[in-house]
Amino acid sequence: MITDTQISIEGLRRSFPSANGSGEVTVFEDVWYKVDRGEFVCLIGHSGCGKTTLLNILAGLDAPSAGGIIVDHEEVTGPSLDRAVVFQSHALMPWMTAFANIAFAVRSRWPEWSKTKVRAHCQKYIDLVRLTGAEDKKPSQLSGGMKQRVGIARAFAIEPKIMLLDEPFSALDALTRGSLQDELLSICAATSQTVFMITHDIDEAMLLADKIILMTNGPHAKICEIVENTMPRSRTRHDMHRHPHYYPIRNHLIEFLVNRSTEFEKELSSSDYDPRHPPVVRPGLSRLAVLQSPAERAADGNTDGETIQASA
Amino acid sequence: MSLSLRWRAAVLTVFIFFAFTATWELSVGGHGGAATMSPEYAALMGATAKGASAMPGPLKVGGQLWEHVLNPFYDKGPNDKGVGIQLGYSIARVAVGFLLAVLMAVPLGFLIGMSPLFYKALDPFIQVLKPVSPLAWMPLALYTIKDSTISSVFVIYICSVWPMLINTAFGVASVRREWLNVARTLEVGRLRTALRVILPAAGPTIMTGMRISIGIAWLVIVAAEMLVGGTGIGYFVWNEWNNLSITNVIAAIVFIGLIGMLLDQVLAFFTKLVTYVE
Repeated sequence: MITDTQISIEGLRRSFPSANGSGEVTVFEDVWYKVDRGEFVCLIGHSGCGKTTLLNILAGLDAPSAGGIIVDHEEVTGPSLDRAVVFQSHALMPWMTAFANIAFAVRSRWPEWSKTKVRAHCQKYIDLVRLTGAEDKKPSQLSGGMKQRVGIARAFAIEPKIMLLDEPFSALDALTRGSLQDELLSICAATSQTVFMITHDIDEAMLLADKIILMTNGPHAKICEIVENTMPRSRTRHDMHRHPHYYPIRNHLIEFLVNRSTEFEKELSSSDYDPRHPPVVRPGLSRLAVLQSPAERAADGNTDGETIQASA
Repeated sequence: MSLSLRWRAAVLTVFIFFAFTATWELSVGGHGGAATMSPEYAALMGATAKGASAMPGPLKVGGQLWEHVLNPFYDKGPNDKGVGIQLGYSIARVAVGFLLAVLMAVPLGFLIGMSPLFYKALDPFIQVLKPVSPLAWMPLALYTIKDSTISSVFVIYICSVWPMLINTAFGVASVRREWLNVARTLEVGRLRTALRVILPAAGPTIMTGMRISIGIAWLVIVAAEMLVGGTGIGYFVWNEWNNLSITNVIAAIVFIGLIGMLLDQVLAFFTKLVTYVE
């Protein structure tokens, strides 16, 4: 199987000066991970484990204290139009209309485009996130969900190679969140977009992600393990919970967030943990199962894992 | 009672106005106690000697106001110009000084706001210079510039510059980080970020500074023109005081108040244009 690595996070560490000024606080360290092209990856962890910091470094808005990130064979040294960010707080410019917010991004990407071309391009993405008719409204006149739709449209409109999402739905109510997740999923499927998303919502991660990175608690947070989502990509919010893999994966994630994320240090000392190759697990296939060979998976009578590998 | 709050307030305003003018009219009416002075002195003192107050009543002031309104632009020599001409001089000085201050304070405030180094380095100067009464600069201005009109413009400039400078720097420095991050991820250049993101984000704060400045400038021009003399509404007030025409002084106060309100409303209109709801 040929894997096409698009993002390679290599030995990343981020430290900040401590509050009392006597030394440094390391938020996370020794973080190694590779994201394949077209893959949807979610990062889960408690607040304080440096999720947003990690995403900011990926975006080029922050610099690591050690290690680095390679995207398409080039080191990340600053922000780029190839990596679009959807911010947690939508970050729309309140003095611009929804349309102008998106057009600002489009003109930044293609300054040579004519006015009509920019207009048509923006309209396409406004329609895509189902905001048709609300183009000329200011963000203050839009609901929370609509604001985030504009944020998503702005990010997709510049047709980035990588999409970075920082808990984009965390401030929304459950119903709005659900419909936005569905739309994000369909847009990503249509564009086979590489996505790196931060969340603390387990169901969101299971619905959207091909792989879920579990991060231990900070300070000195690390990647605990990678959970492969073995449910088929055709899963939806309505039928996902009926899939036989749903509860094993969900229980595994909850178990991690509730217990293991705090006790990982103990777990570390009693295993052969290698930060360069964090263990990959498929709790959907069998609980506590460590990486199986494709033959074994076939023996399980399950081809979903194959589907995911093929689409990755 | 189905009158809206606005109408009830208007009725109350009119009532207070009439109550005030009635009290004023009654309190300046003639009263006794003028019999003991010599006839020559009484002749010098005019009506005051007969027991009337030099303080005019509202009807007299109203009549004088109306005369000024009917004929605002007459010019009968240096000491007798229409109030419109005098106000024109004052407004022109305020406008020139204020615009010079805008040209200086907004770019400099941008620089200070964008650079934490400049912010910290220039802060002591601003903190010390800001509380200095602008009139204290007047001797310095007269000595160096040697022209009274330019000196009064300079005084307007120096008093307008601080609120704008401080507000611009503060507005620019406190632009939300996330908006700047959006611009950075979109690889927007420095100039475009300044014009399309920072300027509109800091716009309301900058305009508030301008509004404070124009208010102070209008306060200061009256005092400055009293000092410098020659022309302007401040000089008019002082000249009428020397003429012992309290009627004209009160009329001038009314005009100064009205123009001050007008200037504030103009700035308020522009502030509204740049204000956004988060």
